[in-house]
Amino acid sequence: MTENRKLKTISITIVCIWLGVFALLPNIALLLVSFLDRTETNFFIPLLTLDNYAKLLAPTFISVLLKSLALAGISTLACLVIGYPFAYILARTGERLRPWLFLLIIIPFWTNSLVRTYSIYTILQNNGVLNALLNRLGLVEGSFSLMYTNFSVFMGLTYTLLPFMILPLYASIEKLDLRLLDAAKDLGAGPVRAFWHITLPLTLPGIAAGSILVFLPSLSLFYVPEILGGINYRLLGSFIQYYFSKGNNWPLGAAASSVLTLLLILLALFYRLASRHTDDGGSPVALTGGKRPKAGGRA
Amino acid sequence: MENRNGPILEMRGVSKAYGSTTAVHDINLQIANGEFLTLLGPSGCGKTTILRLFSGFEAPTKGELLLNGRMINDIVPEKRQLNTVFQNYALFPHMTVRENVAFGLRMQRRPKDEIGQRVHEALRMVHLENFADRRPAQLSGGQQQRVAIARAVVNNPMVLLLDEPFSALDFKLRKQMQFEIKHLQRQLGITFIFVTHDQEEAFAMSDRVVVMNEGYIEQIGTPQEIYEEPESLFVARFVGEINILEGIILEALENNSYLAKVEGVDFILRTRREFYVGDKARVLLRPEDLKVFHIHEEDSSAGPHLNGRINDSVYKGATVDISITLDSGTQILAAEFFNEDDADISYNKGERVTVSWVAGWEVVLDYD
Repeated sequence: MTENRKLKTISITIVCIWLGVFALLPNIALLLVSFLDRTETNFFIPLLTLDNYAKLLAPTFISVLLKSLALAGISTLACLVIGYPFAYILARTGERLRPWLFLLIIIPFWTNSLVRTYSIYTILQNNGVLNALLNRLGLVEGSFSLMYTNFSVFMGLTYTLLPFMILPLYASIEKLDLRLLDAAKDLGAGPVRAFWHITLPLTLPGIAAGSILVFLPSLSLFYVPEILGGINYRLLGSFIQYYFSKGNNWPLGAAASSVLTLLLILLALFYRLASRHTDDGGSPVALTGGKRPKAGGRA
Repeated sequence: MENRNGPILEMRGVSKAYGSTTAVHDINLQIANGEFLTLLGPSGCGKTTILRLFSGFEAPTKGELLLNGRMINDIVPEKRQLNTVFQNYALFPHMTVRENVAFGLRMQRRPKDEIGQRVHEALRMVHLENFADRRPAQLSGGQQQRVAIARAVVNNPMVLLLDEPFSALDFKLRKQMQFEIKHLQRQLGITFIFVTHDQEEAFAMSDRVVVMNEGYIEQIGTPQEIYEEPESLFVARFVGEINILEGIILEALENNSYLAKVEGVDFILRTRREFYVGDKARVLLRPEDLKVFHIHEEDSSAGPHLNGRINDSVYKGATVDISITLDSGTQILAAEFFNEDDADISYNKGERVTVSWVAGWEVVLDYD
């Protein structure tokens, strides 16, 4: 018993220290820096200012932010629309087929994501795979390129992040009690209404988790927009990256990064709210166990 | 239970196979309107399959299903006017009690006022009107059970199907729910089809019981018929304790009677079954139908009787269970009730006794 507890204490302590040193401290440092000033020769100087946040209100940053949010939103939606049916099939398919479907999701992880992003480039570029295919089919004449557009960035984000949508969706659909769908049918709900009233609300935690796991990286992945959007294509992630490297303005980058962190915290709160709706209780007996006075309205 | 309009629910030659295994074989079953019918049998006997065939979650491999005279084979579950109380209730965890009960009416797109009214009535009927805004996880097992019942009956189904609804409840609550369900059925006047593996439960609630085994119907009858006149060894054994004695028919007598040697002693047996001289037969007797006497008692040698030796006697409260080895070697069980006039029902291990029964209470079956 005590051995076990000691192990638990040690492992939790290690994780806490790790997260403290490599996640919490840097973020606090980032937050601090975002309130500091800078000079041409120093990354930052100990002079408090709100100037960096004021700069974020400039139209250039606002437009980058809005564009990032829009693109991340659309990519998340696309991942959801593509991922939900796939996760559903994955959760409902037989034991024989399931590992193969899982393999389809896992294989991309074995390849470096830069390589995968460049492969999208070869598909979408002038005289690329897509171009050649459409020419061969006779649907399009001549050469064209889909590269360096919102569409190519959207493709890259959706493709890269789809597995992060599918896995949490799978977990929550797999958990769904099929007898509830029988009950819904028994009570007169056709397939569409059973999905709408039972499956969808009960898999909301999976939808929320998947959406967060896609939405946030969509905002901050900087190499995808850089490769597929072109050198001047700015999303929030590349904006931050720019000011920490070539832009040479740490406080401004830190301020933008802090805004992103704030967004993450808000989304995490939203997730908790969504999962509380379906998860309350969990064990029906735990709350009662016979201690509660019997069926109240009886007297 | 005769119904002018014919049966409300009917199976004609229905079989259901899953691949090479057959769950139910050629079932013919007619259920009268307003009847409380129980499907009774061990697990895997096909009773739940029959329920799921009626509700539409399974499609028959062969045969016809009729609801109120109309063929429903091709009608999807959501369009059948039947409702089910599921084994583990299957309440929607993300909805309140009220929303759960209202679900069926919402699916029928009833007006809001009517839904509110009917849901309230259904909840009052199961004594849960004060729990309408709770979620299922905040209710006890018995309360969840009641929600499941209210959620089904609020739709005014032609037939209510109940799939082992009490299996998760403790003994006392079970008894109470049995009573309430029976009461509810009388009050609503609709047909209930109840599935259970508990014969006591089946007997306590049903107008008729269907005993099933390995996908076949063994016997259909009132609880009394099933208990007192089992048509097969399986039924006799499944519903309560039974003693099985061996006999040989010696002579056919008048009035459906036969002279037979039972465990080496001549008895007169009464049965509507036909036997020929020399046939082997099984004589079935319930423990409570046996009379046990001390060997020196006056009644002990009146009429034909078997001799034996006491193995053991177990005090059970209302009865004493006595295990006896007959001189033929067969072991039997007798249950004696405490009786003010006959206090002497304590037996010592090894004591010699005689065993007999009221003529005509025996059930005689073919040997095989």
